[in-house]
Amino acid sequence: MTDIIQKVKNLSIGFRSKKGEEILILKNITTNIKKGETVGIVGESGSGKSTLALAMMGYVKHGLYTVGGECEFNSSNLLKMKSKELEKIRGRKIAMIPQNAGQALTPNLKIGYQIDEALQLHSDLNEKEREKKISELLNKVRLPSPETIALRYPHELSGGQQQRVAVAMALAGTPDLLLLDEPTTGLDVTTQAHVLELLNFIAKDTGTSMVYVSHDLGAIAQVSDRIIVMYSGEIVLEGPSRDILKRPIHPYTHGLLKSIPKLSLAGLPESMPGSQPQPGTIQSGCSFFDRCNFSDENCKNNSPKLEFLEDLNTSVRCFNHEKLVKESRVSQTVNKIKNKSQDKEILNLSEVSISYAKQKLLDQIFNRISDNNPTVKDININIKKGETIALVGESGSGKSTILKSIAGLLRTKDGLIRFDENRNLSSDLKERDPNDLRIIQLIFQNPDESLNPNHTVEEIIAQPLKLYFGLKGEELKKNIIDLLQKVRLGEFYTSRYPRQLSGGEKQRVAVARAFAAKPDIILCDEVTSALDVSVQAAVLNLLQQLKEDFGTTYIFVSHDLAVVRSISDRVAVLYQGRLCEVGPSNDVYKFPSHPYTEVLLGAVLEPDPDIKPKLVAEDIVEERPPEKGCSFQGRCSRIVGDICKKEVPPWQLTDSGNAIRCHIPIKELQKEQF
Amino acid sequence: MKVDNIYKEEKKSAFAKLSEIIITMASRPSGLIGLSILVFHIILAFISPYIAPHDFKAIDPTLMLQAPSAEYWFGTDDLGRDVFTRTILGGRTALTITFFGSLIALLWGGLLGIFCGLVGGKIDDVVMRIVDAFLSIPWILAMLLIVSLLGTSTEVLIPALGFFYGKGIVRVARAATHDVIAKDFIVSARARGHSNFSIIWNEIIPNVRDAILVEGAMRWSWMLLGFSSLSFLGFGVSPPTPDWGLMISNARGLMSFAYWAVIAPIVGLSSLIIGINLTADAFAKALGIDRSTKAPV
Ligand SMILES: Nc1ncnc2c1ncn2[C@@H]1O[C@H](COP(=O)(O)OP(=O)(O)OP(=O)(O)O)[C@@H](O)[C@H]1O
Ligand code: SF4
Ligand code: SF4
Ligand SMILES: [Mg+2]
Repeated sequence: MTDIIQKVKNLSIGFRSKKGEEILILKNITTNIKKGETVGIVGESGSGKSTLALAMMGYVKHGLYTVGGECEFNSSNLLKMKSKELEKIRGRKIAMIPQNAGQALTPNLKIGYQIDEALQLHSDLNEKEREKKISELLNKVRLPSPETIALRYPHELSGGQQQRVAVAMALAGTPDLLLLDEPTTGLDVTTQAHVLELLNFIAKDTGTSMVYVSHDLGAIAQVSDRIIVMYSGEIVLEGPSRDILKRPIHPYTHGLLKSIPKLSLAGLPESMPGSQPQPGTIQSGCSFFDRCNFSDENCKNNSPKLEFLEDLNTSVRCFNHEKLVKESRVSQTVNKIKNKSQDKEILNLSEVSISYAKQKLLDQIFNRISDNNPTVKDININIKKGETIALVGESGSGKSTILKSIAGLLRTKDGLIRFDENRNLSSDLKERDPNDLRIIQLIFQNPDESLNPNHTVEEIIAQPLKLYFGLKGEELKKNIIDLLQKVRLGEFYTSRYPRQLSGGEKQRVAVARAFAAKPDIILCDEVTSALDVSVQAAVLNLLQQLKEDFGTTYIFVSHDLAVVRSISDRVAVLYQGRLCEVGPSNDVYKFPSHPYTEVLLGAVLEPDPDIKPKLVAEDIVEERPPEKGCSFQGRCSRIVGDICKKEVPPWQLTDSGNAIRCHIPIKELQKEQF
Repeated sequence: MKVDNIYKEEKKSAFAKLSEIIITMASRPSGLIGLSILVFHIILAFISPYIAPHDFKAIDPTLMLQAPSAEYWFGTDDLGRDVFTRTILGGRTALTITFFGSLIALLWGGLLGIFCGLVGGKIDDVVMRIVDAFLSIPWILAMLLIVSLLGTSTEVLIPALGFFYGKGIVRVARAATHDVIAKDFIVSARARGHSNFSIIWNEIIPNVRDAILVEGAMRWSWMLLGFSSLSFLGFGVSPPTPDWGLMISNARGLMSFAYWAVIAPIVGLSSLIIGINLTADAFAKALGIDRSTKAPV
């Protein structure tokens, strides 16, 4: 029998509400972490996954308290330990890697020094040994040339490198248990794939047990041996990773897996209705009842217990799990999207360049922008009425910058933005007339930031209605309610403030505000990436529905290729502000591809243990685009030599009408990629 | 879709909001004490001319420095004037001048701060330099200069105090605006093409208002102390207007044998400062603002 490292027994953690009620955010959690295994804890935000992970190192957040139960590590309860004793365990026996490693590193101390500190604290090595250990650790986390990295400051490293340093520091005390809380969230797709691969290697190499907390089943699938699914503070499903991902026998997990867009499938995923209940609002019955497709009367009144199924080696909290055993495989029914785009051109970008460079006085006087290596350069895209075109690329590839210029928030340096074949939009806000502003609306990534916290939903949606159409009184009210219904929100939402809405509801309000202007084009900047997966699918479906009703054109920016695939008709791939590939989404997702598209596609994490990411290129982050030649030369694994460094590659067309910008002939690309 | 009923909070009228804030403030002992003191002083300021038992400027050498009695509750001063009458009327002077002074401070400080936060860049830099320069002048010297040039009438004191105490509000308003300005809802309003005025009024002010009001309340107690110091030095309101600072300064030499003449204005002044302070604190807490500015006392 394998040894158990950590035993969580009947753990409940809660807080007191303003009215003095005890509200549980973890309810009676029991689980064991075995030696050498990696356990993934997955759940939506607010499901209690981070609270559980923190409790596993004896930490309960301020304002929360342990209601009952224990976390036993080496047969002593961490939650009852004095802080002196805990200090001896934390860092040495149990280490933690937080979500934002960049923030956890001290900004003004060199990397080597910080690792040395961790070693002094958590090991008994002398100075010589420590020095050796530092470069050993940096090597282990596969940082290039450890000697130079050790001398750098945290801000001189990329996000992925910082995360690697965090892993190195966590390994300094050779821990038995490593807790990782969303360690790759916020990193680029490619970086994420690299970090996960590193974690897998570390797990095998050191035999450390890991608890990996994430909302992302794709990432969990890549690292875990066992998965715990949490919902509303309870474990609803726990079992071997493969079984859970392939044959989820809990309705929540089943729905969750169905709502994740897949790279291999075009079309929108099925969405799950509703959202996770707030802690303390479930009075009786199953906590998933409101959203469940398999529920019956029994579920409404009785709460299911976590039941261990010996044959499947799985625990499940559901009365009707047998129905799901029959349903078995995650059915891949996907709503095919109808491509309704017309041939009429609605927006045309030609030779657009955009620069952030600080302008010299002389240039300011002559009102011109001079920068021979602008952030965004040579963008040529022709957008058709009613289509959804996606801009994809890693962070810093200039996606948002292009949207800002289209919206008029940023002046273009060169080139022409033309609307409807004859209206020139290459100007900024001040020079555009109100109608030019009305036809283009924006939806942002984070609804917490894009909705004024001091305005009610009514006031928020009223703004464009008043501004563009001068609506007042009854008519205004009627329009607002109309719009709310369009985004599937009831009339009673009008008097709510954003803080009283869930993430998905907030984003719906933002969508309603954009549609209130009756725009022709909506710019969507990462509109689903701040949302939980189950909510994301619903918002994507809503956007698609509205588009079909109104014939709106979307320019959809995202770093998530699976999401892009699900909603877009056409895709434009950007690297360092330069286009690499443009084509119908079905073709962009097939080979032959531009070498950068290949990297992006390879790095996508699918919630399937059989599909491993392919790491084609290094995850280096480049500060600025190269002055000459191909924008991707710095990272391209297929680079053909000097020509890539000197000459901008030509556009080449594939048979299916996909345009690729590379010096390698299409035929050659095809050979290598297939 | 099912509807969750846990959020019952509705949009409230301004009056309902205010009363809710006051109730929250009063639910803490310190807030309750502060509010009670402040309300007591305000009521007294309103009714003092009608309840004052004596004429505040009636000099009577025969009544010089009388100890408290049934007739003269707080005794009399060196000119034989009733200390009780002068104390309750003194509160009226102090409250009126500093209240309007604070309003002026809020107005110009808040607007300039929002303006600086909004425009940013060079203009912001220059304006903040100037504000900083003013901040570094000992305010009392500057006040003395103004008062000695323009006199000590209320019309001079209120704007002068308002001006000097607005500097701190500029900083707070600017910082709060900076925080808001980067948010996407402002970008969104700009992209829609709202006017600058509409953006300031609808998007920025509602989000910086609380921070500015709290700072204003804090500045009020500072200003009260400043105003009384001026009077104490003889540069505040001119005699025979009843005023705490003036009373303290006149009676302080006689403290050893006529303590009553100095105790009453001191109690009046310090209780009002404490009252305003506690209220401002409770106000900040009720609005959920963490206030780290130090209190003047
Ligand atoms: N205000 C600014 N001033 C100077 N440089 C900027 C500014 N905003 C963005 N940049 C730079 O421009 C480049 C493109 O940024 P942009 O925000 O368009 O990227 P993005 O593709 O939207 O990335 P993300 O996925 O992180 O949102 C980056 O190198 C970024 O550092
Ligand atoms: S117990 Fe009932 S409501 Fe809960 S998940 Fe199972 S079927 Fe759905
Ligand atoms: S042009 Fe050269 S560097 Fe650029 S993608 Fe093609 S092979 Fe790579
Ligand atoms: Mg962006």
